[in-house]
Amino acid sequence: MARSLKKGPFISYKLIEKIDALNATNVKKVVKTWSRASMIAPDFVGHTFAVHNGNKFIPVYVSENMVGHKLGEFAPTRTFRGHAGNRKDQKTGKK
Amino acid sequence: MARIAGIDLPKNKRGVIGLTYIYGVGTKSSEEILTKAGIDFSKRIQTWTDEEIARIRLVLADYKVEGQLRSEVQLNIKRLMDIGCYRGIRHRRGLPARGQRTRTNSRTRKGRRKTVAGKKKAVKK
Repeated sequence: MARSLKKGPFISYKLIEKIDALNATNVKKVVKTWSRASMIAPDFVGHTFAVHNGNKFIPVYVSENMVGHKLGEFAPTRTFRGHAGNRKDQKTGKK
Repeated sequence: MARIAGIDLPKNKRGVIGLTYIYGVGTKSSEEILTKAGIDFSKRIQTWTDEEIARIRLVLADYKVEGQLRSEVQLNIKRLMDIGCYRGIRHRRGLPARGQRTRTNSRTRKGRRKTVAGKKKAVKK
């Protein structure tokens, strides 16, 4: 079910604070975050986030098209390395 | 023969049903279109007059159908693939994008079963 519009999009409060600080001083810095559920706000465009995937941080450069998606959508949590016996697929699970 | 939006409509079906042969027109919008054009739902397509067909064409101009709609859908999918989000990746790999199970089923996306050799069957004694 979709989120109620009344509440507005969910964005981690700390994340907004950090981005606001970066925007105010006009610096671009990689922001580490675990908040995969946060929606990408228009202010985030042009910043790079290091989104945690449960194992490590995946760098995500936010472009204009990504607004409205969530950060977690860009940091896959699973690596599929192919099925056993499928020689050519193996080790290509990472791209 | 009624040819609307580049599609030949079936001759002897009711108007509401016949219009749904157009990609992007379902039962709901079909009913809407006929109401706006002021044509009875049950009137068979072969009995439509040229003037009625013209009216339907006019109403249909406000709807996105066929090629235009198809290209819009393709563009949306392409956008998902380009930004590299989860749904885009699923589209690239030809797997279901909405969290369905893939252990079994999902043959629509994956296509015909490809049997993988190598797994030995238990030998019957």
